[in-house]
Amino acid sequence: MLSTANAVATDSHPDEMTTDLEDGVVIALSATAPVSAPPKELPVRRLPAIVETAGEAAAAVLPTIVVMATLLVLWQFACGAPGSALPSPVRIWTESHDVIMHPLKGVTFHGLVPSVDGGDVGIAVHILTSLRRVAIGFGLASVCGIGLGVLIGQSRLAYRALDPLFQVLRTVPPLAWLPISLAVFQQAQPSSIFLIFITAIWPVILNTAAGVQAIPPTYRNVAKVLALNPMQYFMQIMLPATVPHMFTGLRIGVGMSWLAIVAAEMVQGGTGIGFFIWDSYNSSLLTDTIVALVWIGLVGFALDRIVGWIGRRIAHQA
Amino acid sequence: MKNRSYLALEGISVTFPTRKGPFTALDHVDLSIEKGEFVALIGHSGCGKSTLLNVIAGLTKASRGVVFLDGEVIDRPGPDRAVIFQDHSLLPWLTVEENVRLAVDQTMKGTRAERRDWVRHNLELVHMGHALAKRPAELSGGMKQRVGIARAIAMSPRILLMDEPFGALDALTRASLQDAVMDIQAKTNNTVVMITHDVDEAVLLADRVVMMTNGPAATIGEDLRIAMPRPRNRIEVAETRDYNHARAEVLHFLHQRFSNPVDQAA
Repeated sequence: MLSTANAVATDSHPDEMTTDLEDGVVIALSATAPVSAPPKELPVRRLPAIVETAGEAAAAVLPTIVVMATLLVLWQFACGAPGSALPSPVRIWTESHDVIMHPLKGVTFHGLVPSVDGGDVGIAVHILTSLRRVAIGFGLASVCGIGLGVLIGQSRLAYRALDPLFQVLRTVPPLAWLPISLAVFQQAQPSSIFLIFITAIWPVILNTAAGVQAIPPTYRNVAKVLALNPMQYFMQIMLPATVPHMFTGLRIGVGMSWLAIVAAEMVQGGTGIGFFIWDSYNSSLLTDTIVALVWIGLVGFALDRIVGWIGRRIAHQA
Repeated sequence: MKNRSYLALEGISVTFPTRKGPFTALDHVDLSIEKGEFVALIGHSGCGKSTLLNVIAGLTKASRGVVFLDGEVIDRPGPDRAVIFQDHSLLPWLTVEENVRLAVDQTMKGTRAERRDWVRHNLELVHMGHALAKRPAELSGGMKQRVGIARAIAMSPRILLMDEPFGALDALTRASLQDAVMDIQAKTNNTVVMITHDVDEAVLLADRVVMMTNGPAATIGEDLRIAMPRPRNRIEVAETRDYNHARAEVLHFLHQRFSNPVDQAA
């Protein structure tokens, strides 16, 4: 996903992207257009609506469930023998029962306010700690990324000066930043946040820049004829015209920042899902690692969907 | 100081740098337009009509020559020269009312209520008062261009520039928009420069039809005055000698003296 989106951002010449954006906008807007009334149907015997909806939902998730079940069964058969290198699903269930069933271990609720006590906490607490780190790192990356993206999208000089640098830096994997980050920041907290930041920022920059470059020339002409000042141009034309591209970048960025979390938390002991994996690896608790992988996958999926949903909401309003 | 017309183009040349060397789009164009005149610019594709309009709008800089509007030199775009673009160029994220509102806020002083009333008045003028809250994507091509016209006239420009405003519309829609333009023109008496491909459109709407020679280095070939009285009704004028004579003259220019460069090459 990263490579395609970045390719869009880098290969595009400012003038060649016009239609792309227009398509995007048209698609986004046409969803708000009134749908013409469906033709009157002949009276057919139909199932009650609720049954029909439930049926459709089942049809949508059933294939996934079947595939999952099949894979689990295959996995069990392949790794079920004692002494197998990879633990089987049943062994994961028995050995990591505590981790699976008590994700909120160590949390006590005082009314609705949770408080964490003690070092040995459930996996959900680790996840929440990681999410907070991602929120800070990704938040910074979004703000800086959109700012830099607008800069290099708007100014040909800035594009020529900075784009090659960004193209090189974006290929550096998160782990490679680790020693540099530690050396510069000295402390674990800022360096793990920097790691998330530096991983997430590139797709935001490059997609925002592509979006700005793809603003149709006619919109620029409208702005010129109306003599909009730069601030008005930014708010009235550039921002709304660029939102779809921006959110493509943010969506890839949030995924990447979640990918960086394990590397980030290897330097910062104590809590976090990355630390949890590192810790379970060091304690040879492979089954715990597998449970953590499932959690990471599900949370990453949710993050992606949330950012995508926000982007669609904004594009509709814009 | 010599006595200039309201809009005066003096010795306008436009040269674009290209990879194959400089390309001269317009060569020494002189054109004078009086206040309240409706001028149609007609010529084959690639004759530099749009370039000329963009020079008046200030969107393209002339390599040589000067444009005067009401005695002032024009060197940048501004809301006193409203442009109606061929592709309507409404902002898709704004409603019809907001699109016009953006232009009115840039050009009109006065209270919020006054500006709102002015927006609505102009949308009524193009018969789009019913679609204030709609977005451009919900409108037909003709309706979008009506909003584009409302946006331009709501700016109370000193001159109204139309760049093939109906070129993308079907013939029936085009006719009804032409009627709308004549109707509005009777009320507002704007100074208008309109680019068109359509001989009938030029003769029906304009006080003068300015014909351009083929590019490169295009210039004005002929300047024909259309003396038919207003209001003009498209059905009635079609029968008149004046109309048919003017039409024939433009056709002769376009298809005999300066026929389509593509056909010539073939």
